Amino acid sequence: MTIVTTDLDPWQPGGSGTPLLRVRDLSVSFRTEGGRVCAVDDVSFEARAGELLAVVGESGCGKSVMAMALSGLLPRNASVTGSVELAGQQLVGASPGDLRRVRGSRIAYIFQEPMTSLNPVFTVGRQVAEVLRVHEGMDRRRANDRAAELLDLVGIANPRERLKQYPHQLSGGLRQRVMIAMAVAGSPEVLVADEPTTALDVTVQAGILDVLRDLRDRLGAAVVLITHDLGVVADIADRVMVMYAGRLVERADIQELFARPRHHYTVGLLGAVPTARSDGAAQRLREIPGLVPVIEGPEPRCTFAERCPAADETCRTRQPPLEIAPQSSHEAACWHPAGLSGAATGADQDRGAP
Amino acid sequence: MTVTEIDTDLDPGREAGRPRGGRLFRRLRRSPLAMTGFVVLTLAVLAAVLAPVLAPYSPDHADFSAVFQPPGSPGHLLGTDSLGRDILSRILFGARASLLVGVLSVLLALVVGVPLGLVAGYVSALDAVVSRLTDVVLAFPFLILAVGLAAIRGASLSNAALAIGISQIPGIIRVTRSETLRLKSLDYVAAAVAEGATDLWVVVRHILPNATSVLIVQATVAIPGAILGEAVLSFLGLGIQPPSPSLGTMLSEAQDSISRAPWTAVMPGIAIMVLTLAFNLFGDGLRDALDPRGSRR
Repeated sequence: MTIVTTDLDPWQPGGSGTPLLRVRDLSVSFRTEGGRVCAVDDVSFEARAGELLAVVGESGCGKSVMAMALSGLLPRNASVTGSVELAGQQLVGASPGDLRRVRGSRIAYIFQEPMTSLNPVFTVGRQVAEVLRVHEGMDRRRANDRAAELLDLVGIANPRERLKQYPHQLSGGLRQRVMIAMAVAGSPEVLVADEPTTALDVTVQAGILDVLRDLRDRLGAAVVLITHDLGVVADIADRVMVMYAGRLVERADIQELFARPRHHYTVGLLGAVPTARSDGAAQRLREIPGLVPVIEGPEPRCTFAERCPAADETCRTRQPPLEIAPQSSHEAACWHPAGLSGAATGADQDRGAP
Repeated sequence: MTVTEIDTDLDPGREAGRPRGGRLFRRLRRSPLAMTGFVVLTLAVLAAVLAPVLAPYSPDHADFSAVFQPPGSPGHLLGTDSLGRDILSRILFGARASLLVGVLSVLLALVVGVPLGLVAGYVSALDAVVSRLTDVVLAFPFLILAVGLAAIRGASLSNAALAIGISQIPGIIRVTRSETLRLKSLDYVAAAVAEGATDLWVVVRHILPNATSVLIVQATVAIPGAILGEAVLSFLGLGIQPPSPSLGTMLSEAQDSISRAPWTAVMPGIAIMVLTLAFNLFGDGLRDALDPRGSRR
């Protein structure tokens, strides 16, 4: 196995220059009827221009909540603490008006459901053009021209014709491309794609991922891609953050993470990815037993301990810090990180569990 | 029925989506009932507008030599009433008043009810206030309100329209509010917010346009209710004052002669029924035709 990077400079790949988005100790909790639920717990990260940062984890890990918290899109019963700096501008605690001006023009979102994310009563062209007229102050004619360019940019053939159509006349993949066109219409510095391909079938997925990769390169935007699909990540991400129960548990370059996962949760996730074997034999996928726990407050332990094959007393009583491994940019929050051959041994211990 | 048109066209560039103009009409034509309603309504509106031209007599023209003529008698197609006035002429002019009150009162209800409904549905902090006020108006008996208004401002067509309009505001508020609540939770509203849309923009560009088809249908269903309301008020002497004709006053005046000359009550009664039925059929057809997804029953 080759050493991927021995650079001492952390987070070298993909991105260039200074971090655009700097998130520090971001925590989100919700007041619910059943008490407090802590959805995001002390997450810190940076995203650089021209970088595609993937956030991975299973459902309920706080990925989407974390993304929504970036520009204050959470409902009122959410309390957000910590710091989100977008090129120096603090977004946590910013006024509603300031946040509104940031949304769309500096930080834009692509959501999971392309089928219902467009207004059914207006043509696609009108909806794309409206974003341009609002954010860029273009007149109708220029906005229409630019809208056609944007559709072309996201790989839609016959953009002029498509502009005249209504959302229900487009397929899911086309609608998602339109959503992406609308998201990049304001030339955002940060593009947050929340499960953009989950609702689409596999062949369409690949096209959408190509568009995202292309936009990262052409626009130099920082793309934050949220997904539960490691296959998607392997395709296009520069760096990966793995989240579990609201905490950041591992962060590494893409090749490094796939080659040497250190957190046992990551090991489990990788074991659950279907792979084609050369001999064609069917291989039973490994699962991670149990469910993501609901965290109600600060918990001085590793939240993955109940599901972890390597957990011991330390894991149940002390929270592991996110530590950088020597000679790499690979960080993991684990008391007993998986070794070099971790993918095999860690997952093997899962066997026999319910 | 042969299928002459297929909605799910995939060739780019062809106008579709929320049907407008000709397309809407083509869809409406698929439903025979809706078309009947539409045709009857058009005729009724034309007849009412052209009443001075069409009516064989002045509605107030009394002919004491020809009282209680039965329908079909020479010169009086629908007969005459106790004063020898031509019933056809009075129905034509009476339909004018009915349609006017129907449309005016529903317009009033829309102008007041839609903004309140949007606010109640969109701003959750104000929902309780608006909804409780709605309940209060709803709990207030319509007739008491009309009697009170007539006592304060006098009985007239405009006060009848005002009373009916006020009584219809709660219905409009409720429909608008529930539609707003439904639309507010949709993905494209969330997407608009994430794109930096203001609340006003979301309401005006996303919620109101998507609520219009429901509101149009609600309005076409409310108009026959208003026409009936006008008839009730006029019957009770709270609406249009005799001798001005209205379908309700005609019914009221026919009370004394109903056993001797039943047509004096039956004819305006049929007119009211036809008008309200036509509006209801048309409203139903419109609801189906306005569905942007072009669903067919």
